Amino acid sequence: MTIEVQHISKFFGGITALEDCSLTIEEGTITGLIGPNGAGKSTLFNIIAGSMKPDGGRVLFRGRDVTGLAPHRLFHEGIVRTFQVPNEFSRMTVRENLMTVPPAQLGENLFSAWFQWNRVRTQERDIAYDVDEVLAFLNLAHVADTPAGALSGGQKKLLELGRTMMTDAKLVLLDEPGAGVNRSLLAHLVDAIRRLNEERGYTFCIIEHDMDLVADLCNPVIAMMRGRILAQGTMAEVRSHPDVLDAYFGGSVEAVR
Amino acid sequence: MMEDLLGSVTFGVFFLTTVGIYVVSVLGLNLQWGMTGQLNFGIAGFFALGAYTSAIMTTAPSDHHLGGFEMPIFVGFAAAMIVAGITAVLVGLITVRLRTDYLAIATIGIAEIVRLFLKNEDWLTNGVRGIPGIPRPFEASVGDNMFVFMAIVFFCVVLVYLALERARRAPWGRVLRAIRENEMGAEAAGKHITRFRLEAFVVGSMIMGLAGALFAHQIGFISPEAFTPRFATFIVWVMLIAGGSGNNRGAMLGALVIWLVWSGTGFVTSIVPPEYATQVSAVRLLMIGVLVQVILLYRPEGLLPEKPPNSRT
Repeated sequence: MTIEVQHISKFFGGITALEDCSLTIEEGTITGLIGPNGAGKSTLFNIIAGSMKPDGGRVLFRGRDVTGLAPHRLFHEGIVRTFQVPNEFSRMTVRENLMTVPPAQLGENLFSAWFQWNRVRTQERDIAYDVDEVLAFLNLAHVADTPAGALSGGQKKLLELGRTMMTDAKLVLLDEPGAGVNRSLLAHLVDAIRRLNEERGYTFCIIEHDMDLVADLCNPVIAMMRGRILAQGTMAEVRSHPDVLDAYFGGSVEAVR
Repeated sequence: MMEDLLGSVTFGVFFLTTVGIYVVSVLGLNLQWGMTGQLNFGIAGFFALGAYTSAIMTTAPSDHHLGGFEMPIFVGFAAAMIVAGITAVLVGLITVRLRTDYLAIATIGIAEIVRLFLKNEDWLTNGVRGIPGIPRPFEASVGDNMFVFMAIVFFCVVLVYLALERARRAPWGRVLRAIRENEMGAEAAGKHITRFRLEAFVVGSMIMGLAGALFAHQIGFISPEAFTPRFATFIVWVMLIAGGSGNNRGAMLGALVIWLVWSGTGFVTSIVPPEYATQVSAVRLLMIGVLVQVILLYRPEGLLPEKPPNSRT
């Protein structure tokens, strides 16, 4: 397995965001994470990606305990995440946004920047070449030199996905990649995720409210509610699970019948 | 006639030297604020540390303060940068995690601590009486030549500018700008934010220390009163904001324009009757404020706005 979340709890003051939450994301899957607002999905992402520390429990990545590691450390382990609200570098160009990402750049060392300028430039050229490929893949080549802040909401989502492509990611956590993206762009996004899964072997975990997208893309699907895991299985199984129906429709199906 | 000419040449050289020293300070601040988004309101502190360090290192032995050690002036410059740098590391390790506004408050406090320390530690700094007799570079071989000193200041300006410009165009500067733009995004891009912030803060402070050292050797005498927040911090900020933060050339232009206005309005003081001197000096400061307002109204990003470096180079 890729990620094993064991008995994670997280409290914000008196509010329980996650309670004894355990789940497994298998290597090579596109796992969907669904649930109503406030179910704890994003909190779970924040804990896996290191942005928050859990109050209890632990996270294993490929068998190693990575609970509470800093985000940049987890990034280097291969855990890369995107945000529900894109966190682009607004006043930097789209190209610069992506060029920032590759880890262990020689020119990130100030002395190399001063005294090994030629080697830094050579590496920059290689990175720029990779960026061009990613931009072409994401249909963003025409906005390469636009400040990222000027992109549309959907394009920013694509840029977030692009960031995960600039490193050797193993597990990619996507927080609502489809929200605010128009239909034609969405088809492209789904296609991009599927290709990354098949061609690059990325394991995905996707938080998404668009059930058609989840049904189309994700297997297995995990349903959450009030900080707990309700059900896990194929979309069809999860959809017909009584707890899930109860959570989404606010009453037992028996009553409706 | 000749004396008039000589007078204006002297004034011109002194003016340009002063601008050069301010440029060094503003470039240091541009690294911290313009590129990384760190609010350092304690420029005066690092500036003063640099000035005192170089003064103690290079003056003739004295009973009134530590040293002097009669070292060559370039050793004084290096020591000034090292002392400012070490102080910045200590301050940075404590404050680097603070968000911008809290960092601002912390740096104000630190500059004040430095000033009071320099004022009260008589054995080290001769307290309020200050340190006189700070030598000029190459005084032994070329005498006290103001042109030589101006050339040295300009040399420092060019060196600092080239170093910072390359740093800005390098991936290092790109990470700093990414942190400035979006901390969470930079973290998600795998960058160790604390490390980069600390590096920018320390390098920027070292440059301010160098500016302080240049100032000490220009004036020849320093006392704690020379390092008021008004001239060592406030006006440096004004220069950067007016010139264009994030743009190293803008920082240099800002220093020139603001010092031109400041010195230009200085003539007013000599025209009006002496009893209005206090009011005039207040009005001069007010005029700088008004000028910044006007610049920000018409050019919100300063005279020379930040341009992304050509990443394709």
